[in-house]
Amino acid sequence: MIEAGALGLDAGSTTVKLVAVDEAGTMVWHRVEETEPDLTSQVEELLESTRKLLHRVDELPLIATGYGRGLVKQAGRKVTEITCHARGAYQWSGGGGTLIDIGGQDTKAMIMDRSGAVTNFVMNDKCAAGTGRFLEVCARRLRLSLDELSSTALSTETEVSISSTCTVFAESEIISLIAGGHPVPEIVRGLHRALLGRVGSLARGAGLRPPVMLSGGVAQSRAVRMLLAEELQCEVKSFSEPQLTGAYGAALLGLA
Amino acid sequence: MSAAGRLRYLFGVHIAGRAALRFERLRSEHKMRSRESWRHRHLERPLDVSPRLKELISRHYLTGRYANGARKVAWVTSGAPIEVLTALNIFPIYPENHGAVCGIRRTAEEYCKHAEAAGYSRDLCSYARTDIGSILSGKTPVGRLPRPDVLICCTNICQTVLYWYQVLAHHFGVPLVIIDTPFLYREAPSHAVAFVKNQIEDSIPVLERIAGRSLSHGRLRDVTRMSRDACELWLRIVESGRMKPSPITAFDQFIHLAPIVEMRGHRYTVDYYASMLRELNTRVGRGMGALKDERKRLLWDNLPIWFRVRWLGDLLAERGVSLVASTYTNAWAELADMIDPERPLDSCASVYLHPILNRGTGHKLETMKRMIDYYEVDGVLLHSDRSCKPYSIGQLPQRESLSSEAGVPALLIEADHNDPRSFSEEQVRNRLDAFLEVLGV
Repeated sequence: MIEAGALGLDAGSTTVKLVAVDEAGTMVWHRVEETEPDLTSQVEELLESTRKLLHRVDELPLIATGYGRGLVKQAGRKVTEITCHARGAYQWSGGGGTLIDIGGQDTKAMIMDRSGAVTNFVMNDKCAAGTGRFLEVCARRLRLSLDELSSTALSTETEVSISSTCTVFAESEIISLIAGGHPVPEIVRGLHRALLGRVGSLARGAGLRPPVMLSGGVAQSRAVRMLLAEELQCEVKSFSEPQLTGAYGAALLGLA
Repeated sequence: MSAAGRLRYLFGVHIAGRAALRFERLRSEHKMRSRESWRHRHLERPLDVSPRLKELISRHYLTGRYANGARKVAWVTSGAPIEVLTALNIFPIYPENHGAVCGIRRTAEEYCKHAEAAGYSRDLCSYARTDIGSILSGKTPVGRLPRPDVLICCTNICQTVLYWYQVLAHHFGVPLVIIDTPFLYREAPSHAVAFVKNQIEDSIPVLERIAGRSLSHGRLRDVTRMSRDACELWLRIVESGRMKPSPITAFDQFIHLAPIVEMRGHRYTVDYYASMLRELNTRVGRGMGALKDERKRLLWDNLPIWFRVRWLGDLLAERGVSLVASTYTNAWAELADMIDPERPLDSCASVYLHPILNRGTGHKLETMKRMIDYYEVDGVLLHSDRSCKPYSIGQLPQRESLSSEAGVPALLIEADHNDPRSFSEEQVRNRLDAFLEVLGV
């Protein structure tokens, strides 16, 4: 049985992440599941399953974040992803800068001061352009896994210009490009370029300040990290478990 | 104008209507007084003058309901110079204010869809779609709108009104008076003032012919004085938001704004605002705020989200955040000292040239910076209003400037003043929650 000090639950639009930290703030356990339509039951089952692994689960402070945080009735506190991602990133990086979270439903750029406090943030507008969902839809259309999408983008130096970052229109643009005989790697690299151009504008709009850190599931993609660094013309760092940044930050807030 | 129409008007408005509205007000006032304690967890009780506001607005639309056949009616834009109309006893209807009523009463979406079905683009301003849809469907939450005898369109708020009023002129087959106000980047040059004044002067014979009477310059002076007095009182009302805690929120101002827009130039409007100011001063003297616990103060930019005023007000109030000022309600206050009853037409030309929407984005940024200092706010909410492009343009760089130059964070909220289909509650709530966390709430 694992001794934990607090739990953080990030109920995102694509995945649900549960993280346990010990009293020192070290992540001691985590689980990631795809988000199910009945989030309330999913969270109940997820917490139930931790009882066999973690000591005193019901006594641990639980902080919920993510779009579904309002549905987590077991949570003692509900905090937005902005605060949680910043808290998690600060713990891992030890300093300020710009944190970019490319999530399933929205993309956020946060400016953090040296103490890790968020001084400014910007989120994408209402549509899913420039979010992780864009890559997900494109990968599905091209019948590639997300890992393959990254390696495919990096397998070429040339790219096709994609005019739309609209998730819906990009899908039809892909079909036209394939029909036009363009190689898939060039299309995939072009898709990344279109997405990251939009993410770059968002970060600059927030008042980009190096170092740049990337969190969220999309940060696991090497192509995203490399091409974002090109877009912003600075180094882009990530963490070993970028997808867990929000849940980890939530758990750390539970220790405070 | 017919004798029957006048009789209907006299009975409906001045006898039965006035008595019924007075009874309703007295009932509301009694209910407010007899209420043992106000139980809202976060908001102080509403202003005692609130039932009078309801009476004023109801009387305005009741007058409109019986106006055809008894009085001449003009449909006018919110920034139209109405002092001449009031002096000629022409009754004004404001389609934009009516649109706001439809927004608050949640009927705007239905009217917008009606207009869209008739071929009007969803990209068109939702006030215009609400108005056109209301006319085409014959529906309104205010009972009945009178048919216009003339239309007055002043371009000082946007260019959409120009085409919107052409549609109205074509639909109703009535004269359209256009007052074109050149866009100002700095103070108005004298030739611009002269240009607007000439247009107002040119409109007088047209309006006299419609009204069937000559303009009395003494009456115009009196009306202009009432306009100025009401605007000065409104200025002091909005400035009371400077107090800590603020006795009034911008949400209250959005609602209490109706008389200064629709009923300028009348004694009863001046009296109403004088009472309201007295009550606010009393609250300030007692240290009573609009919120029971004001912890943070914000500035609002742009029109309200009419269909979510209460939702947003409650969301902020429960976190102790008071929206103490807004550039929108300030627009009817900041020009008060320009109004000169001794030079009604000259000052009218100048005043109607200077609304915030007829000036550059730099002016709006400076206004916001001044208001940030004056009201000592902790942050700014910028409503990026899909329908009001002139008000929303420039908000992205303005957001950055407010943060870097004025030192306060600002949040952009994407919504629409009247069309709920351009509003996502979860997205807005999420951004607001995050913004308030950044502010330390």
